[in-house]
Amino acid sequence: MFNYTIRRTLLAIPTLFFISLVLFLLLDLAPGDPTAQLPLTIPPEVREKIRLALGLGEPFHIRFLLWLEQFFINEPLHLLTELTGVDFSGDRQRVISWQSRSPVMDIVVQRLPQTLWVVGMSYVIGTIIALPIGIISAYRQYSWFDQIGTFVSMVGFSIPTFFTGVLLIVIFSVHLGWFPSIYDTTHVVTDWSSLIVQIKQMIMPTMVLALYNAAQISRFMRASMLDNLNQDYVRTARAKGLRENVVLLVHVLRNSMIPVVTVIAIGVPTVFGGAIITEQVFKVNGLGQLLITAIQANDIPMVQTLTFIFAVLIVLFNLLADILYGILDPRIRYE
Amino acid sequence: MADHQPENEPLVEVRDLKVYFPVLAGVLRRKVGEVKAVDKVSLDIMQGETLGLVGESGCGKTTAGRAILRLNDITDGTVKIKGKYIHKSSLKEIRKIRPTMQMIFQDPQESLNPRMTVSAIISEPLTEHQNLSKKEREERVFDLMDSVGLNRDFATRYPHEFSGGQRQRIGIARALALNPELIVCDEPIAALDVSIQAQVVNLLEDLQEERNLTYLFISHDLGMVRHIATRVAVMYLGQIVEIGKSESLYSSPLHPYTEALLSAVPEADPEIERTRKAIVLSGDVPSPANPPEGCNFCNRCPKAFDICHKVEPTLTEIEPGRFVSCHLYNG
Repeated sequence: MFNYTIRRTLLAIPTLFFISLVLFLLLDLAPGDPTAQLPLTIPPEVREKIRLALGLGEPFHIRFLLWLEQFFINEPLHLLTELTGVDFSGDRQRVISWQSRSPVMDIVVQRLPQTLWVVGMSYVIGTIIALPIGIISAYRQYSWFDQIGTFVSMVGFSIPTFFTGVLLIVIFSVHLGWFPSIYDTTHVVTDWSSLIVQIKQMIMPTMVLALYNAAQISRFMRASMLDNLNQDYVRTARAKGLRENVVLLVHVLRNSMIPVVTVIAIGVPTVFGGAIITEQVFKVNGLGQLLITAIQANDIPMVQTLTFIFAVLIVLFNLLADILYGILDPRIRYE
Repeated sequence: MADHQPENEPLVEVRDLKVYFPVLAGVLRRKVGEVKAVDKVSLDIMQGETLGLVGESGCGKTTAGRAILRLNDITDGTVKIKGKYIHKSSLKEIRKIRPTMQMIFQDPQESLNPRMTVSAIISEPLTEHQNLSKKEREERVFDLMDSVGLNRDFATRYPHEFSGGQRQRIGIARALALNPELIVCDEPIAALDVSIQAQVVNLLEDLQEERNLTYLFISHDLGMVRHIATRVAVMYLGQIVEIGKSESLYSSPLHPYTEALLSAVPEADPEIERTRKAIVLSGDVPSPANPPEGCNFCNRCPKAFDICHKVEPTLTEIEPGRFVSCHLYNG
């Protein structure tokens, strides 16, 4: 298992290098001009100088290598400096956002908590809701509970979050006035009442996303449970005279969790990627919102860095899912 | 355990056992018919004997075996085990008497939980039904592994690491864990190599002698049943057509179906084998959802006559201990 993990990690290096190259090429080929949003009164030669100052005069491979250096050497060194207080980075150039002129990683660190709170919480809640629904739906297949569960997950699957989000805003913010329609990032939790405000503003975006996540995971859970419920070993467990909840929760559930855990693990990077649309609807300025504004402004270093971080997370969690599979299923041994 | 059972009381008494599965069809999944998997089966199993249950695939042997242990729902009929009617007991009550009745399953691969080690599989019923310390339980698991001929070092391994024969031994050890009196062996050797089959059957015989076990041995292997069974019941399309002592049933089959079935068994002696004439039945087994009128076997029976197509025969005692369900013998 250890060797397998090491090998997979090493194999991830060329994969990620290739991904970063493709991302850089794509952004380079994409139309758009980082100076397009500057006032039209700026004369063309000044505009050209701005472009040169951004480093756009260099050929492709130079820019790519510079980005690699900035991202893989300068940024970690800077992080080390921050953590230890000893100066490792000197005046090394960090990845700078073209919009704000501040380091990209600093902005990411600022945006991360909102995304983790809202999107991460929705993933956790979605999973917590989905597992029992999936289990009961499978155990009582075709019962009214299962039918309702199937209907709700179809709704969750098929209705896009920009619709459910706006619908919730209309109902709960406009008509009932229970929750704010806009997520206030500047809100600081200091005491009990401010915590309640925080919870109130989190409820709607979290629920919109939780519905979507729960729909997917509960379907997986149900299918996996159904697969296992008809297995012979379940009959053996009943023949042993075990209580029904032992049969269900120890024998069936443990075996059913194997594929579900990997599905959940693979879904985690989407949390960091933020829910771009939902964040837009509720004005949560998380990573998804950061990415979309960066794309609109042709802020190539920001887009490049963010998408690359997502790629790293996806590769990482895929590896994690594979390792989990090996731990959970004794039939699988990685050499 | 104090056991006050009358001398000749059978351990298992099954009367008119019916297991029907509904056939659902249409948009609303209405019940449009029934598959009569087991239809009015009556049989007794005496303490310490082996009752062989034979018949072709799909005739309801396995369903009958499971239904007797209440692993399948029973549609109708009575089942009495150790003088206690269990056909109507709630699952909670059934759970309490599971220790006396166990089952060895057909497929040793699928019937073991892939995520449990051998010792967990064997000891689980012990934790559920007996109050043993961890050490006692471990000792018991080792004892059981010894008695089925499994190396003690294998206790921490998982089922997939074993061969088919070894897995079936795990299944047997598991079934023995609670000292059952009745074991339903559901084609325990069907999934095994011929070379392993004899080993497993010998093991079952040895265990029977040691522990005074009673077997219901379900199989389609007529030769093996002849070897192991004291009495044999022949099933066709959910019904028992003939029951009798093993020797007499094999030497002089009465029911035409039994006759045809036995004529298909090859003889070991080439001289006899050369003269053996297999009775080849024409046609297919009718669907158990729609059995023929009269005798279930009438459309394939070489000896069928008028009444067979009209009246259903009943299982009647021809000689002591010999029951046949056929109009040929019913006067």
